[in-house]
Amino acid sequence: MSLRIVVCVKYVPDATGDRHFADDLTVDRDDVDGLLSELDEYAVEQALQIADEADDAEITVLTVGPEDAKDALRKALSMGADKAVHVEDDDLHGTDVIGTSLVLAKAVEKTGYDLVICGMASTDGTMGVLPALLAERLGVPQVTLLSEVSVEDGVVKGRRDGDTASEQLEASLPAVVSVTDQSGEARYPSFKGIMAAKKKPVESLDLGDLDLEADEVGLEGAWTAVDSAAQRPARTAGTIVKDEGEGGKQLAEFLASQKFI
Amino acid sequence: MAEVLVYVDHVDGAVRKPTLELLTLARRIGDPVAVALGAGAENTAAALAEHGAVKVLTADAPEFADYLVVPKVDALQAAYEAVSPAAVLVPSSAEGKEIAARLAVRIGSGIITDAVDLEAGDEGPVATQSAFAASFTTKSRVSKGTPVITVKPNSAAVEAAPAAGAVEALSVTFSALATGTKVTSRTPRESTGRPELTEAAIVVSGGRGVNGAENFSVIEALADSLGAAVGASRAAVDAGWYPHSNQVGQTGKSVSPQLYIANGISGAIQHRAGMQTSKTIVAVNKDAEAPIFDLVDYGVVGDLFQVVPQLTEEVTSRKG
Repeated sequence: MSLRIVVCVKYVPDATGDRHFADDLTVDRDDVDGLLSELDEYAVEQALQIADEADDAEITVLTVGPEDAKDALRKALSMGADKAVHVEDDDLHGTDVIGTSLVLAKAVEKTGYDLVICGMASTDGTMGVLPALLAERLGVPQVTLLSEVSVEDGVVKGRRDGDTASEQLEASLPAVVSVTDQSGEARYPSFKGIMAAKKKPVESLDLGDLDLEADEVGLEGAWTAVDSAAQRPARTAGTIVKDEGEGGKQLAEFLASQKFI
Repeated sequence: MAEVLVYVDHVDGAVRKPTLELLTLARRIGDPVAVALGAGAENTAAALAEHGAVKVLTADAPEFADYLVVPKVDALQAAYEAVSPAAVLVPSSAEGKEIAARLAVRIGSGIITDAVDLEAGDEGPVATQSAFAASFTTKSRVSKGTPVITVKPNSAAVEAAPAAGAVEALSVTFSALATGTKVTSRTPRESTGRPELTEAAIVVSGGRGVNGAENFSVIEALADSLGAAVGASRAAVDAGWYPHSNQVGQTGKSVSPQLYIANGISGAIQHRAGMQTSKTIVAVNKDAEAPIFDLVDYGVVGDLFQVVPQLTEEVTSRKG
């Protein structure tokens, strides 16, 4: 039987751009170019490697986001994913992580899955809790923050490098996995891949297709509220000296003046 | 006064510093009730009582060590149901965030992660967070259910505030999912004898300019002279010069020490995301145009192999 892999990806504002908040204190997605979150490329890469090892596998890449989020799906398809699902609905604007996990869980279930693979965190919200939330909602094992992952005989195994220890984990499928940026460099789409991606199917779903009501998601349905967002004051310009042979001593003098030594 | 649940991060009963900081923040909202799980849980009580815990709920079972995350969620949920707290606070470790998130969705509550400060407010606790590589500061609240908030290390001072800290056994019934993900082996990280990166008052980091694993001894020597933790940029980690566990930046650790010393680090956005909230920033870099110099309080343009050993020597002689 075919191994059904769903990779959850996010379309995020480019971290090297001038990211800021919109008037309603949601992330502004208009003024800064968007792209597939760099950390999700690792998830796509591991999906492709797992699919290569399996006798028969199909990779669906899934996103929740505005119209432009299709760019993220195209990138994943050009890397080699087979098909895409795009959940898009005006009522989704401002959805928090709890709501996003609800939408993704519904979409994953509708798509059908044996293995869900996520990146370790998004590069905009950076919470890193979506995979755990998704596992909770789906009622399947979470095998998260893996720097190595493999699937064999219906069991997913991997290594999780934590703060105090490195752990070997295993769970039976179906399961939710997340992979870190240590899991292996993501491939670049080939020209052939980019051309092929244009013909791959992208299914669009709205809230109604997922049996969700507008008040379960969006800014109004969020279980958290952002009251204010302020730009951090720029750090005041410091003293810069050129080393003329005494640079280390000058630095020590500065540290002493600040009572660090 | 309302009670506030505080999830305890400990190693065999030794309470880690971020949990003590959490108790300082919890006391702003209510009476802290600590939840300590796993081997040595009861041994946490003295330290927790000294820092304000009115009660310490403990549970130990093989499941906590043998299976990933979910057994701890089950236990924290049991504590939540026993206490009906005004808020649940959890240290912002990778595991802490996952535990908090699963608890939140189970109890129908919103979640805020990676708070750097916490104050009582008219509509519940107000959390301060850093966003977009620390270029913005936001204030947020949980607007549904009991606030579940994870807090980053170094967000508050550790304060002595003696309280009863009475130990009570927590009764936990594990859910069907508790044994879903088995931990088949665990290799503890070898201690370097240096402070924990995220908890250290001073962090000394090396980047691409260190130019080789063997050269990191220069960085380590400076760190040891200052009693600091050692960090590394992603470039240095990707090159295999230093372990990923020491990586500072978006995909590594986020640090906020009193003093951050960046050596041979250009200061790409991914690195800045992990250190920009440091109180004092110092850099040594050959390239006068490196973006790291936009952040520094003091910078030296020069060869780190000249400047850093001289600094180390100076620090050692001044301290001696």
